[in-house]
Amino acid sequence: MGIQKHDVEKIAKLARLELSPDEVELYQGQLVKILDSMAELCKLDTASVPPTTSVLGASNVFREDEPRPFPEPEKLLANAPEREGPYFKVRKVIE
Amino acid sequence: MDLTELTAVEIAAKVAGGQAGAVEVVKAHLARVKTLEPKIKAFVTVLEDSALRAAQAVDSKRARKEKLGRLAGVPIALKDNILLEGVETTCSSKILKGYRAAYDATVVERLKREDAVFIGKTNLDEFAMGSSTENSAFFKTANPWDTNCVPGGSSGGSAAAVAARMAALAFGSDTGGSIRQPASFCGVVGLKPTYGLVSRYGLIAFASSLDQIGPFARTTADAALALSVVGGHDPRDTTSSQKSPDEALEGLEGQIKGLRIGLPKEYFIPGMDAEVEASVRAAVDELKKLGAVVKDVSLPHSSYAVGTYYIVAPSEASSNLARFDGIRYGLSAPEARSLEEVYEATRGAGFGPEVKRRIMLGTYALSSGYYDAYYGKAQRVRTLIARDFDEAFKAVDVLATPTSPTAAFRFGAKTSDPLAMYLSDVFTIPSNLAGNASMSLPCGLTKRGLPIGLQLIGPAFSEGLLLRAAGALEKAKPFPILNAGCS
Repeated sequence: MGIQKHDVEKIAKLARLELSPDEVELYQGQLVKILDSMAELCKLDTASVPPTTSVLGASNVFREDEPRPFPEPEKLLANAPEREGPYFKVRKVIE
Repeated sequence: MDLTELTAVEIAAKVAGGQAGAVEVVKAHLARVKTLEPKIKAFVTVLEDSALRAAQAVDSKRARKEKLGRLAGVPIALKDNILLEGVETTCSSKILKGYRAAYDATVVERLKREDAVFIGKTNLDEFAMGSSTENSAFFKTANPWDTNCVPGGSSGGSAAAVAARMAALAFGSDTGGSIRQPASFCGVVGLKPTYGLVSRYGLIAFASSLDQIGPFARTTADAALALSVVGGHDPRDTTSSQKSPDEALEGLEGQIKGLRIGLPKEYFIPGMDAEVEASVRAAVDELKKLGAVVKDVSLPHSSYAVGTYYIVAPSEASSNLARFDGIRYGLSAPEARSLEEVYEATRGAGFGPEVKRRIMLGTYALSSGYYDAYYGKAQRVRTLIARDFDEAFKAVDVLATPTSPTAAFRFGAKTSDPLAMYLSDVFTIPSNLAGNASMSLPCGLTKRGLPIGLQLIGPAFSEGLLLRAAGALEKAKPFPILNAGCS
């Protein structure tokens, strides 16, 4: 399986993961090895086998979409790295 | 009497009957933590003050002649990926350092209702990814039977805490063997309930279609009690089953005579550890003496399980771990200028090597053009693996296998080769893929004195049957309790 350095960089970008050049090299080698070991699955003919989407055989579970208050929202906000009043603060998204 | 030698069932009975106070019991366990923890390091957080307060509340409740819960005064350790309100929950990751849970997991809520006492949060492989607890971002946990060896993983801290009698019971999570493999390495009982039997609400998700919470205990009766408390439907987890734990535990009492036990030939492979194989076969012989019927069976797709798992689990993880973005909790890169940079720098600095590896693997397997070849393919093979079990359970009631191909290995033995580490779960992964019930119980010691685990696998919701077989074995061939401080 030909995973190149630029493929690793592209995957890291998709995963929003900053990698050092050393890490890019490490993961390139390891991903190739790991994916090679999985190539074995291709030997199996699964054309007529349905994918497992739930081991319980359950289908969708529905409930009314009713808002309920969270007892103490302050407990959630207390974990925020940056906040302003009852809001999480983030960097500017739109220029 | 050393109160840490009591089982959970015994503690609850003594506390309810007034022969022991909850405070006394908790103090005994905390004292043991003080003595052993410097060597074992099972805990990320020890909850000394809140445990003593909770124990005091149990004793006051008894003084007021109120009815006590089924786990009154039982000291419990929780893997640090299960939320306990107000307490730091880290997943042994730098990215969650300082995060305080805002609510209780459903299992915690149910344990509190039965007057259990939480003694601490235990170490794990970061985000439950690993088989030795060496992937913790904080420190390594040692195996109480030999402190040069790993306790297994990912729930290594929970297994070590119960083995060393620092807690009477512990809870962990099992995605590919993370309860059973450390239970095997540490010589305790570890139960992975059927998928859906125990609510995942408040468990920090790794791979949602595989994750399941379950107990560590020193006896099968304690494991059954723990399951009966935490199991059962929870509307807050949409994958939660309607089955009650009592239904799953049906058949707990009963004899072994006539029980059909299958030995899957794919789980007794050339090159596997001879001591492990001999010990597992001896345990099966013991069950045969009690009247069980032993048959050879085949699970023909077993060799595809590890490959399937390492596509499905990282794919789901790459999606689940997207929530750790430096905005709402935990680590946040302070110098980043744009939102994009906050995400990338926080995640780059906050996740350790194994977590990054799996996020990369999963992102690749789900990315445009590769989905069908990897995730789609793996989900189809998963069906074949589940069908193997369905076929086998037409001929037998329970499967018996080694839990892991070896006993505990030394620190560093497998850290440089991710694939070698992944193979440590070769016998436990299939049960997660199929979603059925399985457990590990200690069945012997190697010449070096390390525990060996027997795995029992049954159909979905057959926990009672598994624990019946395990209980018979426990009675016929008692496993030594770890009496030394630790070696």
